Amino acid sequence: MDMELFQQILVAAIKTGTPLLLVALGELICEKSGVLNLGQEGMMLMGAMAGFAGAYFSGNLALGLLLAMVAGMMMAGIFALLSLNLNTNQVATGLALTIFGSGLSAFLGASLVGSTVNGFKPIAIPLLSDIPFVGPLLFNHDILVYGSFVLVAICWWVVNKTRAGLTLRAVGENPYSANALGIKVIKVRYIAVLTGGAFAGLAGAYMSLSYTPMWMENMTAGRGWIALSLVVFASWRVGYLMVGAYLFGVASILHLVMQGIGFTISPNLLAMMPYVATIVVMVIISSNPIRQKLAAPMSLAKPFDSRRH
Amino acid sequence: MLKTQARLESSKLMSWLSPLIAIVLTMLVSSIMFLALGINPTTAFKVFIIGPLSDSYNLGELMVKTTPLLLCATGLALCYKANIWNIGAEGQLLVGALVGSYFALQANDDSGYGWLAITLLAGAVAGMFWAAIPTLLHQLFHTNLILTTIMLNYIGLYLLLWGVHGPLIDPEGFGFPESAIFADALLLPTIMEDGRASISIVLAVVFAIGSGIILYRTLPGFQLRVFGSDQPAARYAGYSSKFIIWSVMLSAGALAGFAGVAEVTGPIGQLIPQVSPGYGYAAIIVAYLGRLNPFGIIFAAFFMGTLYMGSDLAQIELGMPTAITGLFQGILLFFLLACDFLIHYKIIWQPNKSNSQTAPVSTKQGAA
Repeated sequence: MDMELFQQILVAAIKTGTPLLLVALGELICEKSGVLNLGQEGMMLMGAMAGFAGAYFSGNLALGLLLAMVAGMMMAGIFALLSLNLNTNQVATGLALTIFGSGLSAFLGASLVGSTVNGFKPIAIPLLSDIPFVGPLLFNHDILVYGSFVLVAICWWVVNKTRAGLTLRAVGENPYSANALGIKVIKVRYIAVLTGGAFAGLAGAYMSLSYTPMWMENMTAGRGWIALSLVVFASWRVGYLMVGAYLFGVASILHLVMQGIGFTISPNLLAMMPYVATIVVMVIISSNPIRQKLAAPMSLAKPFDSRRH
Repeated sequence: MLKTQARLESSKLMSWLSPLIAIVLTMLVSSIMFLALGINPTTAFKVFIIGPLSDSYNLGELMVKTTPLLLCATGLALCYKANIWNIGAEGQLLVGALVGSYFALQANDDSGYGWLAITLLAGAVAGMFWAAIPTLLHQLFHTNLILTTIMLNYIGLYLLLWGVHGPLIDPEGFGFPESAIFADALLLPTIMEDGRASISIVLAVVFAIGSGIILYRTLPGFQLRVFGSDQPAARYAGYSSKFIIWSVMLSAGALAGFAGVAEVTGPIGQLIPQVSPGYGYAAIIVAYLGRLNPFGIIFAAFFMGTLYMGSDLAQIELGMPTAITGLFQGILLFFLLACDFLIHYKIIWQPNKSNSQTAPVSTKQGAA
């Protein structure tokens, strides 16, 4: 394969991997606190719709981003209220959030379908972007991609190196011990869930303001679900998450590459690729259940209720 | 002040009341929404709830919408009762429709009902096969069922799109992504004078009742319920988890696949890209609304069918986007889940002074 095509594939992998990375980062933080939020798809869609609407009506992309994050957090807030205060089943509540989010975003965004905005444009970083191969690969992206690099670093640092991260992990491993130590379990989980919502909203805004600057019903096309398997793939580690997101990015543009080099397969069959790849990856990582059990936060998806203990 | 207190035993009464409370709350919230949209809530509810029941044509359409919901939800309820998270009804339905259409297109007007039976069976088997994939992966590699079934929904959708754009496209259809219209002998008999409601609604009700009997009156059904509520106990009793998981998943797949093939050989009459407006996902809500009880699900499916039908009417009469269905569904499921709180907790009135005695620090939000 010639170098130029290879480079283009890698650049595209970063572009397609970024929304996955953002939403998966948020879900990772959420799961670290022991909460499984399957509503990523719904939060992302709301973020995408709100972000687009904000940018469209105000003409200000930054305002769009802000709105997207607020929308994601509001959605996460509903989830938190139900699953943390009323101890509903987290799996069912997450599903409800996805159904609600796709319905609400389609409803509110109905009038925006067909509109366009001037999305985020790539900013070449002087000097660095001139480095052969690496330059165009890493230093010629829009601000959201750079932001995702920074967020990965911050998340890694917070989760692994700070007291807050330790508290977060303690709550996810054993909330009852954490509670006994005086940590406010519900509060920590609220913060984690809301952070997850903000990340999902941001990921949605990336879709509607950068990746394809427009709004369409269900435009995230299952990325929220793919991100959930990405967290499992990364064994709940921030560093692996980044690698995984770009790998999934490659998998989801593979069909474009194959079309590019002249494969004549139905586009519909090729469009299945990311989902098939997700299943294949899950088979590979799940085949060792013990390893996975050790990596997952011990109290994942288990409600915390001090009244029952 | 109002406080919440855990119940020693979950409340039977509340477990049946909570879906009704959830429906009432959903209607309250939607009234506010209608007001915000400048629509009189009574007019809106007339369109949404009375409209679908108003004349025999609408009643028939209501049955058309109810059938796939009932079939899928019955299967899903069996899975959820066993604590198996199958979200794949949508994909199983689509694949059932696709494979069923292939068989239906091989027939002509001279083919008898035998060929129709084969077509229906093929659809059900295809759905079963689609459900067998995640089950097999779960059994062999411990993959997460939720995620694999979701992925297979997307794959199923693209498979259907491939079929309808490719091999099954009508050669005389000017390139429209639609199959040829099926031969008359391949269409399910209708049950009403006007309208498209077919015999499949009767079958759906029969299947639901059958599942209910199996679930509550037979040994496998008992094992399934034990397995779902207490896995260690089921293991101790020696029940085969393999048998339970395979049987609920395959039944759910067969029911969803049948729902798909009954759509294309019933109200639609050909294969089109939009076989399902998300019936497989809505069925999750139907299953919960019916308290995972197949008898309850019959009513829940009719309710959800009314909602689908109502939003079609609302689009015509009030100019509302059909996306409002998904919105209602989400709100309804939220309230359903929230109301389940009442099954396990009671809300009591307690004078303020005993405050410090009972509530541990971290639970204060619950009472707020």
